[in-house]
Amino acid sequence: MSKFERNMAMTGEKPAALSKAQKIFSAIGITGLFILILAIANVNFPNKTLFLSLSLGLMTLGTVGFSYDLYKSKQPGIKNDGVWFKSMTSRGLYAWITALALTMFYVALYWYPEYLGLNSEGANTGIISLFDPLSRLINGGPASQWFVYGTLYTLAIFIFGYKFIKKYRHNRYEVLRTFSVMFFQLGFAFLIPEILMRLNQPYFNPANIWPLNYDLFAGYKLDSFFSAGSIGLIMFTFGILSIFVISPILTYKYGKRWYCSWVCGCGGLAETAGDPYRHLSDKSVFAWKVERWVIHSVLVFVTVMTIAVIYSYLGQNPDEFWFTKDVFLWSSAGFLSLVFGLLMYFKKEELAKDAKYAGAGYLIVILSMICINYFNYNQDIFLFPAHKLRETYGFLIGAAFSGVIGVGFYPIFGNRVWCRFGCPMAAVLGMQQRLFSKFRITTNGGQCISCGNCSTYCEMGIDVRAYAQKGENIVRSSCVGCGICASVCPRGVLKLENDSLDNRINQKEITTGNDIDLMEFFNEKTK
Amino acid sequence: MVQEHVIIIGNGIAGVTAARHIRKLSDKRITIISSESEYFFSRTALMYVYMGHMKWNHLKPYEDQFWKKNRINLLKAYVTEISPEDKSIKLEDGRHLQYTDLIIATGSEPQKFGWKGQEAHGVQGLYSKQDLELLEKNAPHNRACKRAIIVGGGLIGIELAEMLSTRDIPVTFLVREKHFWNNVLPKHDAQLIDEHIKKHQIDLRLKINLDEILTDENGKVRAVKIKETGETIQCDLVGLTTGVKPRLEMLSQTSIETNRGVLVNPYLKTNYDNIYAIGDCAEHREAIQNRPSIEAVWYTGKMMGETVAQTICGKPMTYNPGHWFNSAKFFDIEYQTYGWVYPTEIENHKQLHWSHSDGTKAMTVNFNKENDKFVGINTFGIRLRHEVVNGWLEQNKTILEVMKNLKQANFDPEFYQSHEKDIFKSYQKHL
Ligand SMILES: Cc1cc2nc3c(=O)[nH]c(=O)nc-3n(C[C@H](O)[C@H](O)[C@H](O)COP(=O)(O)OP(=O)(O)OC[C@H]3O[C@@H](n4cnc5c(N)ncnc54)[C@H](O)[C@@H]3O)c2cc1C
Ligand code: SF4
Ligand code: SF4
Repeated sequence: MSKFERNMAMTGEKPAALSKAQKIFSAIGITGLFILILAIANVNFPNKTLFLSLSLGLMTLGTVGFSYDLYKSKQPGIKNDGVWFKSMTSRGLYAWITALALTMFYVALYWYPEYLGLNSEGANTGIISLFDPLSRLINGGPASQWFVYGTLYTLAIFIFGYKFIKKYRHNRYEVLRTFSVMFFQLGFAFLIPEILMRLNQPYFNPANIWPLNYDLFAGYKLDSFFSAGSIGLIMFTFGILSIFVISPILTYKYGKRWYCSWVCGCGGLAETAGDPYRHLSDKSVFAWKVERWVIHSVLVFVTVMTIAVIYSYLGQNPDEFWFTKDVFLWSSAGFLSLVFGLLMYFKKEELAKDAKYAGAGYLIVILSMICINYFNYNQDIFLFPAHKLRETYGFLIGAAFSGVIGVGFYPIFGNRVWCRFGCPMAAVLGMQQRLFSKFRITTNGGQCISCGNCSTYCEMGIDVRAYAQKGENIVRSSCVGCGICASVCPRGVLKLENDSLDNRINQKEITTGNDIDLMEFFNEKTK
Repeated sequence: MVQEHVIIIGNGIAGVTAARHIRKLSDKRITIISSESEYFFSRTALMYVYMGHMKWNHLKPYEDQFWKKNRINLLKAYVTEISPEDKSIKLEDGRHLQYTDLIIATGSEPQKFGWKGQEAHGVQGLYSKQDLELLEKNAPHNRACKRAIIVGGGLIGIELAEMLSTRDIPVTFLVREKHFWNNVLPKHDAQLIDEHIKKHQIDLRLKINLDEILTDENGKVRAVKIKETGETIQCDLVGLTTGVKPRLEMLSQTSIETNRGVLVNPYLKTNYDNIYAIGDCAEHREAIQNRPSIEAVWYTGKMMGETVAQTICGKPMTYNPGHWFNSAKFFDIEYQTYGWVYPTEIENHKQLHWSHSDGTKAMTVNFNKENDKFVGINTFGIRLRHEVVNGWLEQNKTILEVMKNLKQANFDPEFYQSHEKDIFKSYQKHL
């Protein structure tokens, strides 16, 4: 880059130093965090209830107080001053330290929970034991690493959600959807499953839909549903309905945002704790290419894995249960071909060339694998035992991708890396959003001044400006409908809306407001 | 046959739009020359770099490989001369380039009014990339710049005020008119912005003129003197934002006709057959509707670029823009305008003004009293749909029809409070 950019970055001043109150609140918050760190370092606190309350309470007070003070003297409006000057939000030293700390936490969480104090034999120690009192209160048992994680996760969505609401208090769309993710996180993702456990029912988070919830069809899960009587059946049915009925209807009406920005826990954390990093997403065309390959590969992976897992769960004898391995395999192959055939038939023109090839390629892969294995009458479908496939998926995608890279690297790659490159649910919803949905971001005639705020602050790395400056609507499968592009646009050019399917994708050569004949001549031509 | 070569001087929105459209319509060789920056950038977004919202790279609307892919040559050079007779231009380094068609799209430069001290260190305008770099030197933080004076209450002045205030640099804003931008905005609208400016801790001085700029022994600005009161105000930076004028310095030796800008006919042609001028630097010989003869905004540069490309590619076309529109943002208040709303009510016209009690939303509608025809609308803090309002203007809707259907034009984000009912009531009351 030119010399210019370097010295801009160096001399650019952060807006203002911290106020006195902000310093005090920072200290309070850090004290709370410090208790957790001491617990990780195996300090055994005498009164766990007291110290846990202290820790969570101080962190909450610190963040909430800090945010309150930060925005109280500012007029409502866009608050991005100095974002690219602060070390924490421009991949500076603080950002790297934070990323490293988060990553280490995730590594311990997924693979070395014993370092966090998990003890399957006896009483927990370390940070996990600190959470025992809360866990006993809610689910009746001692804490696990997942309980600790779930609690901190929920807390993060709440306290950083508060900050987000303060920051965007002029924008009701942003405020409402933040309340929504808070609600779904606390109720659906945290409390309902824990309380179900207390009632000796299967662990079930209704907001966690397959394929994001890749374990839904795992053998142990299915067993737990089918052994839990009618409540288990209700859960299982709800899980299936979510995939095939609820989600398609909502996505048709509102776009994938109903899930990604209003319900999903991953999205919830990304939009709250991850908000300060949204501008770090890569906007290049190259990144877009990588995105399409990686996310669709994950989708194929999870589909194959799930088919394998279900296949190995089912029996072979139709007399025991009509839904045998054979029936299942043929019906999934049939279903996939049907979906793909319909897509090709009705949406040929709308599918970009590469999407068609990729889709066809993937379908062939799936079908041929099914065929080969089926005709081989092999015990292991897809060359590997199904449980191996599931474990591999869990390790690579469920843990390494969504946790370590997805959240750990917020301060480096931006807050939606997982949602953009990895989430198979986003891939499914995205395809539907692109092809069968009323949702679009409308571009306001000729008002765009190509300033670039929208593209910069799009967490999904969509080059919104590329569409807006041509007067075209934004209809992109990856858009999670966070609404931030519309919010930061200084000229009121963008509006997220659900409207008729006609003219949803519009192409314009000539600026609205130019010669009427010229506009009509060219814009009609390209329709 | 030699390939046709279109040379465009200026890589701003006007020149770049022309180049893109010529490429779409033809296979001609295209060269864009600019001395300001290697790549096209969004001038309108300069402020966001200083404020830390974006980095320089974000200002570029196209990725760097775009130009090569579309076979548009970019040349970073300064043009010193044009010789229409032998169809060539001369660069600062002595090179000559031949063209078949030449487009002058040199944009504007800050206008100064001959104040004493206006060339001192620490006195600057805000137009170019170089101005931004200079500002970073003159006002890096509030230790080096203890106070800034901004002269000129227009769009760039208020942007500069917002920029400096993000670094906590105290700003005194000298405005000649009775209210901010009162030469364009009607009084009520302008007052709303006055109040909003003050809320941002800007020391706004209305009906105040600059007398002179005082310097220290090193030729650096130290204070300004005010004409009306004789008061001097200490400062480290003077931002001169008293408007822009077409940038024509390289034309002074040529026979291309100029007045304030490069004079063009409705085909955007100069007095030479294959030399055109577009964007900020062009001045229309014939009035177009009731538009000013020099239109120095982003959109018109874009539209002129689209039009001239047609002409150059063999489909002669006059510049015939539709209804006027524009937008801006004053600190946190967005402003949009469609059609004409005059700063003072003109004969036979009437204006209705509505404002919200929170001081951040307002609307002014202008209509013709004789036939009730809707003429124009200003909104503050409320977004309107360009296509809908444009349609109203096109179809000569009456003020009543517009007021009744205001909701159709609302473009605010979902779940925003709507004010149409309130506006309609206030409209009925005023009638
Ligand atoms: C801070 C700021 C904010 C603005 N905000 C808005 C806004 O919100 N909305 C809006 O509508 N308008 C806005 N404008 C106005 C808008 O930016 C201009 O109208 C528009 O950029 C003009 O485009 P142009 O292509 O005519 O010229 P320019 O963008 O000025 O491009 C001309 C280029 O030609 C180069 N050049 C000139 N002479 C020579 C030469 N002899 N040799 C080589 N190169 C040369 C210049 O260096 C320059 O790079 C703003 C302007 C500024 C400065
Ligand atoms: S395009 Fe806009 S709404 Fe969609 S993800 Fe990007 S910023 Fe959010
Ligand atoms: S933020 Fe608005 S004005 Fe700026 S490039 Fe995006 S759509 Fe255009």
